[in-house]
Amino acid sequence: MIKILIVDDERDVELLFRQKFRKEVRSGKLELAFAFSGAEALQLLGSEHPPEVVYVFSDINMPGMTGLELLGKIKSQFPKINVSMISAYGDDENYKKAMDSGAKEFFTKPIDFESLRNEINQLLEH
Amino acid sequence: MKSNSEKDQTTKSIASEYLKQQNETLAKQVTLRTIELEKALKDLQEIQSHLLLSEKMASLGKLAAGIAHEIKNPINFINNFSELSLEYLEEIKELLNKLDQNEILEEVLELIEDIKSNLEKTHLHGTRADGIVKSMLMHSRGGKGKFEQVDLNGLLQEYVNLAFHGMRASKHPINVSFDWQLDPEISLVSLVSEDFSRIIVNLCTNSFDAMRTKLESLDPTDEYQPTLSIRTYEKKSKVTVEFEDNGSGIPKDILGKILEPFFTTKKAKEGTGLGLPIVQDIVTAHKGSLAIVSEVNVYTKFTISLSAINLKK
Repeated sequence: MIKILIVDDERDVELLFRQKFRKEVRSGKLELAFAFSGAEALQLLGSEHPPEVVYVFSDINMPGMTGLELLGKIKSQFPKINVSMISAYGDDENYKKAMDSGAKEFFTKPIDFESLRNEINQLLEH
Repeated sequence: MKSNSEKDQTTKSIASEYLKQQNETLAKQVTLRTIELEKALKDLQEIQSHLLLSEKMASLGKLAAGIAHEIKNPINFINNFSELSLEYLEEIKELLNKLDQNEILEEVLELIEDIKSNLEKTHLHGTRADGIVKSMLMHSRGGKGKFEQVDLNGLLQEYVNLAFHGMRASKHPINVSFDWQLDPEISLVSLVSEDFSRIIVNLCTNSFDAMRTKLESLDPTDEYQPTLSIRTYEKKSKVTVEFEDNGSGIPKDILGKILEPFFTTKKAKEGTGLGLPIVQDIVTAHKGSLAIVSEVNVYTKFTISLSAINLKK
């Protein structure tokens, strides 16, 4: 059983992910957690000792802390947690910044759930 | 004394003749200059109104890009959720088919089919909207590409071919012959290949559509060979490319509107009304000029001129 955290300021993202990964969640292989801002995400990660979350998927363009700032903070506070970005704009600049700051993958919106599922399945297999 | 006075008289008459001539020349010159100035003024006024229009278009473009950014997420949700619901309905159908079949179940399955087709429509139109938004965003973030010295002939061959195969693979392919009239001697031009290639694809797509429209309006017995001519030449350090099709042409009353964003004569699902405004914008970004001439049911010709790079190939 692994726990992943999805960070996006759009609340409907939770509904979308819960439905897309319904089977995995129901079978008890996957647990989903959601945060709607960078601050909320850090709070959630800090509340568990040690953090149960092994993988964070974060949007980049959010009010307050951006996804790239969040990426930097997670990488310095919880170096073991994988972080991937999900952004509506797959421009080179954001991609480069994310990769330089230690992001594992970079997904573009609309989310290709097949590739996301592959990424998560790889975790489940390990 | 007398002879002196006579001399004076002669000198005066010569002088006055000379003055008269000078006056006439001057008057001619003034008339000529006035015509020239009037023409220059008219040109300037035309340029001014053109500039004003491009200014308007530019701010409209910015506004549109802003709207596109905001709309992208909601459209993604519409597409994602309709897709998801389609998957669920498929699962529900499979489960229901495992039950003992009866009339009620049959009706339920029929209703499910209707909902599925509605969701497919939602998804189809959402995808359409996404396509429009994408092309708006792609364009607004364009202009970052690099200017390079490019052989226009090679670029034309590559992308006309690409547009042709795209059309052949579409729902309504037509037979098109190409009349290549490329001057191999033209100079290199400075352009952003990824932007300029969109011009080529957009103009070809329009030509294919115009020729299809004409083809569909004709009797099957009429003889008509859709032909797209692509011409390049160089004159006075300008490299020019012309796209001329023998399709349905553009009526005079809408010729002035075709560069306006969202103006389209194509059926709802086929045109975004952004193809030609994008062409115009890219040409402007290349400091080039765009001219369009057309005659209904005879031809349409797009002419684009760019500055030649002086060093010859």
